[in-house]
Amino acid sequence: MKIHIANGRLIDPAHDIDQQRDLFIASGKVVGIGSAPDGFVAARSIDASGKIVCPGLVDLAARLREPGFEYLATLESEMEAAMAGGVTSLAIPPDTDPPLDEPGLVEMLCYRAKKLNRAHVYPVGALTERLEGKRLSEMSELMDAGCVAFSQANTPIVDTQVLFCALQYAATFGYRVWLQPIAPRFGHEGVAHDGEVATRLGLPGIPTAAETIALFTYIELARLTGAKLHITRLSSAEGLALVRAAKAEGLDITCDVSINHLHLSEMDIGYFNAHCRLNPPLRSLRDRDALQAALANGDIDALCSNHSPIDDDAKQVPFSEAEPGATGIELLLPLALKWGQGHKLSLLETLRRVTINPARIIGSKAGQLSLGARADICIFDAEGETTVTRERLRSQGKNTPFLGHNLPGKVCYTVVEGKVMYAEP
Amino acid sequence: MHNPQLNAHGELQHLLSLDGLPREILTAILDTAEPFTEVAEREIKKLPILRGKSIFNLFFENSTRTRTTFEIAAKRLSADVINLNVATSSTNKGETLLDTVDNLCAMQADMFVVRHASSGAPYLIAEHLHTTRRHDIHVINAGDGRHAHPTQGLLDMYTIRHYKQDFTGLVIAIVGDVLHSRVARSQIAALTTLGVPEVRVIGPKTLMPTDLEKLGVRVFHDMREGLRDVDVVMMLRLQNERMNGPLLPSGQEFFKVWGLTPEKLAVARPDAIVMHPGPMNRGVEIDSAVADGGQAVILPQVTFGIAVRMAVMSMLGSN
Repeated sequence: MKIHIANGRLIDPAHDIDQQRDLFIASGKVVGIGSAPDGFVAARSIDASGKIVCPGLVDLAARLREPGFEYLATLESEMEAAMAGGVTSLAIPPDTDPPLDEPGLVEMLCYRAKKLNRAHVYPVGALTERLEGKRLSEMSELMDAGCVAFSQANTPIVDTQVLFCALQYAATFGYRVWLQPIAPRFGHEGVAHDGEVATRLGLPGIPTAAETIALFTYIELARLTGAKLHITRLSSAEGLALVRAAKAEGLDITCDVSINHLHLSEMDIGYFNAHCRLNPPLRSLRDRDALQAALANGDIDALCSNHSPIDDDAKQVPFSEAEPGATGIELLLPLALKWGQGHKLSLLETLRRVTINPARIIGSKAGQLSLGARADICIFDAEGETTVTRERLRSQGKNTPFLGHNLPGKVCYTVVEGKVMYAEP
Repeated sequence: MHNPQLNAHGELQHLLSLDGLPREILTAILDTAEPFTEVAEREIKKLPILRGKSIFNLFFENSTRTRTTFEIAAKRLSADVINLNVATSSTNKGETLLDTVDNLCAMQADMFVVRHASSGAPYLIAEHLHTTRRHDIHVINAGDGRHAHPTQGLLDMYTIRHYKQDFTGLVIAIVGDVLHSRVARSQIAALTTLGVPEVRVIGPKTLMPTDLEKLGVRVFHDMREGLRDVDVVMMLRLQNERMNGPLLPSGQEFFKVWGLTPEKLAVARPDAIVMHPGPMNRGVEIDSAVADGGQAVILPQVTFGIAVRMAVMSMLGSN
């Protein structure tokens, strides 16, 4: 279908464009920016006056819970959430059941997603078989099946020799390895940041050093092997400093932070709020401020939702027994905007962290709107508001620390490959 | 953020933690407990305050002593007491904590006395009662994980006030495994709220939680330094499973360095009292000569504990 998106303010961070320009779409691609190609007759015209037109958002961590955890969420429910959030490209962590360690599974996931015809999925394959940290997965085969990178999700490799070999092997092909900095045997029984709040509440702590010790190892191994790393879900100022230094040294390292860690701290646990049971844990206000500043100055490359839908039963238990994680895909844009406003950043710079930057980490052409690009588009009202309630969340998971919050920005339309997949009700 | 322990009038709705309770409420509980100590000395040890009320002792973790003292306190107030050892019943059959609570609410419970191995479990129950609008049901935390044991903290405050009258001139030391101790956290919260100018904690670094100083205490590792001129020594129990492992090499070594012996106690003030929440490990955290000596007030603590629990129950029952 040919679509004309008229009168909108087009923001495309990949090309530093922030201007009022019309967008013309045909055959699922962008065919005109500013002016229509010859003979273009729109079948549908969307009036985007007063709205922002930007590339569909790219999320580096969205757990869709398939296969294996369909009782928590399904591709259908979470894709609908993604559409409502203006997110059109999703990297999928491998911690499904079974994990994404077999080409067949990856192909099935891609096939299911394609059939739904909503957000594009970019599976991140398991770095080791069953994520057990013992035998390497068939990385080349997995790549052929559609994986974009490899990771251990939340399960760190205990045996450093295996991690070393996995990085060497990935480096052989130039694959990027995504690692969450978690020391396998340090603070692993903890449930909250090892600081004043955990001490006061009597919660077993996860020290900041659990992150830095892992980073020392990862960075040293990256030096030795030449592997490309993406560090996921930074949580501390100290961890950030190590990544910053490694980047300055010239290592090929990127990193991200989650919406939760960008905005919240250990203080938000309050009286044992299980929605704040997250992995990594929410750390101190000082850490949160450092993460915010680093996302602004570019030390942190991308913002992600770390979307992890969890059912109520797994959260309505004492804090330390609660399943870690929060739903978030619908909050990615509003929480990016909230952060951007707080740091007085332009919309262009704010959106860069959720479009082209994560797309580059994935190695995808998503997250931009050049001529001929896939027409994945988010149209939103920057002056609008998103109120986070259980009823309004499309995700099957209603677990988020932001329940009850009013956040800036409201998605009006989501377009995927030239098809309107979401329109504001 | 609303304090789940207080009702809309600022009165005690639940007793979940001493951290966050105003001094007036702590003092009111201690004052209420005073006359209850005499009840035990009467021929008929009963008051009709909670007649017709059902109190459920909901113990998700094994305990004999604490459960018994709650039971005695409730019975002296004429309440009906039902003991549930959930550690050995329904949760093993897959029932959730809140399902258990809902079922007991359906049996017209008036009060829950909850012990649970996870920090915060009583908050979850209180929050659940709040969201389901059962504002007439009260929760007393009888110990949750490492977090709090508020009635123990209160009976310790009662004991200190009984022997020392005033909190505002005291130097008090808490000795032992603070890391895992809900008792220590409740003591620290109460002592700092009641205006004790110097609260010390003494123990090895492996048993001290991070940022402990931020709770308003001074941390010592050396017993003789930490005990110097203190008015009150509060010993903590060292659990057997902590004695040999990554935290401590042995019970013997712990006793040698941090066990309370007459020699170490000698650097405290001559009129210092020695407390212990029980059950004691003689020869691990405390020497028998001290435990049975003239400065120990460990058995009076137990007696006061019943009065304090009666006070808490009667106050909750009337709010």
